[in-house]
Amino acid sequence: MIEIDRITKTYGDSTAVDGVTMTAETGTITVIVGTSGSGKTTLLRMINRLEEPSSGEVRINGESTRATKPHLLRRRIGYAIQGHGLFPHHTVGRNIGAVPQLMGWKKDRIRARVDELLSLFSMEPDAFRDRYPAELSGGQQQRVGVARALASRPDLLLMDEPFGALDPIIRARAQDDLRRIQRRLGSTILLVTHDMEEAIRLGDRVAVMDGGRLVQHATPAEIIAQPATPLVADMVGDVERPLRLLSLIPLSELLEEGTAPGEAMPAEASLRDALAACLWSGRSAVPVTVDGVPSGRVTFEAIRARAELHA
Amino acid sequence: MTAAGRSAGRVARGISPPGALFAVLGLAALLVPFMTIAANRIVAGEGVMVWRLATPAAALPGVACIVAALLVGLRTHGQPLRLAGAILGLAGLLWLLVQGAPALLADAGDYARVSPAIGFWCLLVILMLLMADALAQMTPGPLARTGLLSAVLGALALILWSGALSPLSILQEHAGRSGAFADAALRHLALAFGSLAVAGAIGFPLGILCHRRSGLRASLLPVLSLLQTIPSLAMFGLMIPILGWVGDSVPGAQALGIAGIGFAPAFLALVLYSLLPVVGNTVAGLAATPPAALDAARGMGMTPGQRLLRVELPLGLPVILTGLRIVLVQNIGLAVIAGLIGGGGFGTFVFQGLNQTATDLILLGALPTVALALCAAIVMDILVDLTRPTPKEAA
Amino acid sequence: MRIGTVLRPALVLLLVALVLRPAWFTPLFAPLAPANAPVIYERSSLLSLSLSHLGLVAAATAAATLVAVGLAIFVTRPAGAAFRPLSRTITNMGQTFPPVAVLALAVPALGFGAGPTLVALFLYGLLPIFENSVTALSTLPPATMEAARGIGLNRWQRLVRVELPLALPVMLTGIRLSVVIALGTATIGSTVAARTLGEVIIAGLLTNNTAFVLQGGLIVGLFAVLIYDALVQLETRLARRAGA
Repeated sequence: MIEIDRITKTYGDSTAVDGVTMTAETGTITVIVGTSGSGKTTLLRMINRLEEPSSGEVRINGESTRATKPHLLRRRIGYAIQGHGLFPHHTVGRNIGAVPQLMGWKKDRIRARVDELLSLFSMEPDAFRDRYPAELSGGQQQRVGVARALASRPDLLLMDEPFGALDPIIRARAQDDLRRIQRRLGSTILLVTHDMEEAIRLGDRVAVMDGGRLVQHATPAEIIAQPATPLVADMVGDVERPLRLLSLIPLSELLEEGTAPGEAMPAEASLRDALAACLWSGRSAVPVTVDGVPSGRVTFEAIRARAELHA
Repeated sequence: MTAAGRSAGRVARGISPPGALFAVLGLAALLVPFMTIAANRIVAGEGVMVWRLATPAAALPGVACIVAALLVGLRTHGQPLRLAGAILGLAGLLWLLVQGAPALLADAGDYARVSPAIGFWCLLVILMLLMADALAQMTPGPLARTGLLSAVLGALALILWSGALSPLSILQEHAGRSGAFADAALRHLALAFGSLAVAGAIGFPLGILCHRRSGLRASLLPVLSLLQTIPSLAMFGLMIPILGWVGDSVPGAQALGIAGIGFAPAFLALVLYSLLPVVGNTVAGLAATPPAALDAARGMGMTPGQRLLRVELPLGLPVILTGLRIVLVQNIGLAVIAGLIGGGGFGTFVFQGLNQTATDLILLGALPTVALALCAAIVMDILVDLTRPTPKEAA
Repeated sequence: MRIGTVLRPALVLLLVALVLRPAWFTPLFAPLAPANAPVIYERSSLLSLSLSHLGLVAAATAAATLVAVGLAIFVTRPAGAAFRPLSRTITNMGQTFPPVAVLALAVPALGFGAGPTLVALFLYGLLPIFENSVTALSTLPPATMEAARGIGLNRWQRLVRVELPLALPVMLTGIRLSVVIALGTATIGSTVAARTLGEVIIAGLLTNNTAFVLQGGLIVGLFAVLIYDALVQLETRLARRAGA
């Protein structure tokens, strides 16, 4: 569990982060979202003490981050940034093994860990281990950057706009990958972004920052349904709110007995996808499969009713 | 660039424009005096055309080699062949010298001197440029260049050792003072490399310190660049009163060889000149690390020392070595000035030669200096290439 | 740059005094001169030596600038592109030639006097100007060049109105490097009987008169530092105007 306790950062007269308090549960993704200058990156960098807080403290599993020397603290916390920050003169293998090497792991253990991580990120170890970062595509570089941050099995992973440099299609895939890997490993992640779409898609909880203050910290559904301030509402986008909400809910929630014409959709797909399918093909219901077995349908009426509930 | 190159190639119908330039200049150089013969080492010599050097039968193979080299040089493609042609042409030049010198000396007086003249030097430069042009387009790797340099130096040493060129006046001049020449060479190397070592020992830590403290950087670098602008003769001169004073007033300084005249002021002046390239390039090299990589290094828990050793230094090494290359080439040249203040080195011969208006003596000092500087530049370039941190950049 | 505003006029005054009123400095240099030897160089006027020195540098640099910029324009046009690799090789190799050696090698060909000095200064001055001009002309912002073509400027207009003005600051850096080298090499030119300020230093070295050495060294050093500084100021001003 990560506890951020009344943390403040001032530079001369200006306050970058102003008395922020929040808690992130172990095994969850918390996305900190805000416009540029909102203090979100400063907040993140105070957790691994790349910036020293002016006041307040951060506790990781109950232990204050001040109890450890900064560089030893950082080795226990993964850190991935925009533009990956890979070392251009080291191979992919050496980049991923950087922190384990700093921590004095044995060579065999580092090598095994590097291969394990490359496989986890769907990169063939034998093909990628000895390449240099400049020889990889943007998406591959970014995956290596995240793999490096996870290498020493950190208590916590901090990510600062990790997908900022990617084009939209690769970006969506990278987000799915991160979600999948986080579920598999049960990692605790704090991720900073300026993109509300990304925040809603990835976050178990979303924290919205504005002018150095935390203005709302809630689940994505709450953020969409009850934005705390006009700014949050603006970021969610009034017009798209019902669609964003539907995108968070799987078909399984509205599954009912019956049949429907046309192509079936899996139960994990979102109501937004089903709505789109209804509108596009002029159907009033779509068939649903659970683990590939036809199991009922979701109707257009039910979707509409669900979206209305929050209006 | 490629489009431009193609259109230029089309205009010239498959003839390399530089090759055409070399051919025209090279053929013209065959029509000016190739060697000179003088009655003794001071008087001005008389030019001898290439066809008067020796019997036509002896001169012809050399001329044929040179013409062949110029013709092969006209090609736009097949760089290895152009390179081979240039080497053949250089061999032709050598052949003409070897044939011409004894033939010319045969019926001249005891004190007569033969030396290469303007035609020889022009052809030498043209053929070397042709060679460099072909090489530049072949882009050989560091290993190939090392091999080539060793081969050229080896061949040169072999030719000099064989004595085939010893009738030439510059080698006569050398023969008369081979001991002094060896001393001067050692002294020159000691000045150039010694000052490089000291400048490195001072400048490298200073560069790292400047990298960390922007205040020091902002005040030190302008001072060092002003030092660099002071003309060499003035700098060497200004060292004389300063070191003279140190030698006179600090006990034991004179025993260490510190005095107003000689090795010490020359050495100190060279060290001062070297500081800017060493410090400046160290700062620039260390600053070249991508900011994201540096942030990541800090974020993953590297200490400042680890960041320096594992990230900043390996990435900055080529730039730092480029600084050392500048220093080495510059100091080999500047060490000539030491000859004026009794500091020794090849400069001694250059300035003695200028005083006596003895061209051969000037050349005896100047040619080894030029050769040394050129070799140092090539070797340092190879080192810089070898230390490029990623294969991508080296390509 | 508050130090500069005080130091610059002070150094200019010192230089002017050293050249025009050398006698004022007699007490300062006297301890360095050997007994019964002159303290102040009087064999020829320091002013005329300075003018001759600066004249040589100016003439050689002006000629080198014209030729080097012309060549740089040539190799950056399509017609001259084939000479580009060769010109780079020549510049790289040429810059390893020590200026003193170039000077010494010019003597056998041209005899003694101002001639070989001028030729050496010219040849050596070409390289930095050419190198910087080529770099400047071949790294202009592509968007600006496209725009210049887009609004219908022909090649000549593009060169004169866009390329040369934008390349000017970097070219000027090359000229500055060239001037600094020329000032130094001209000093050594007095060993081949060119009339330059090096004469004072050489005279001091030959007669073991450290006063002469210091006097000559100070004047040459001050000239170099002040000219260098003035050119740097000019560059910064031009670069600011070009928006760099």
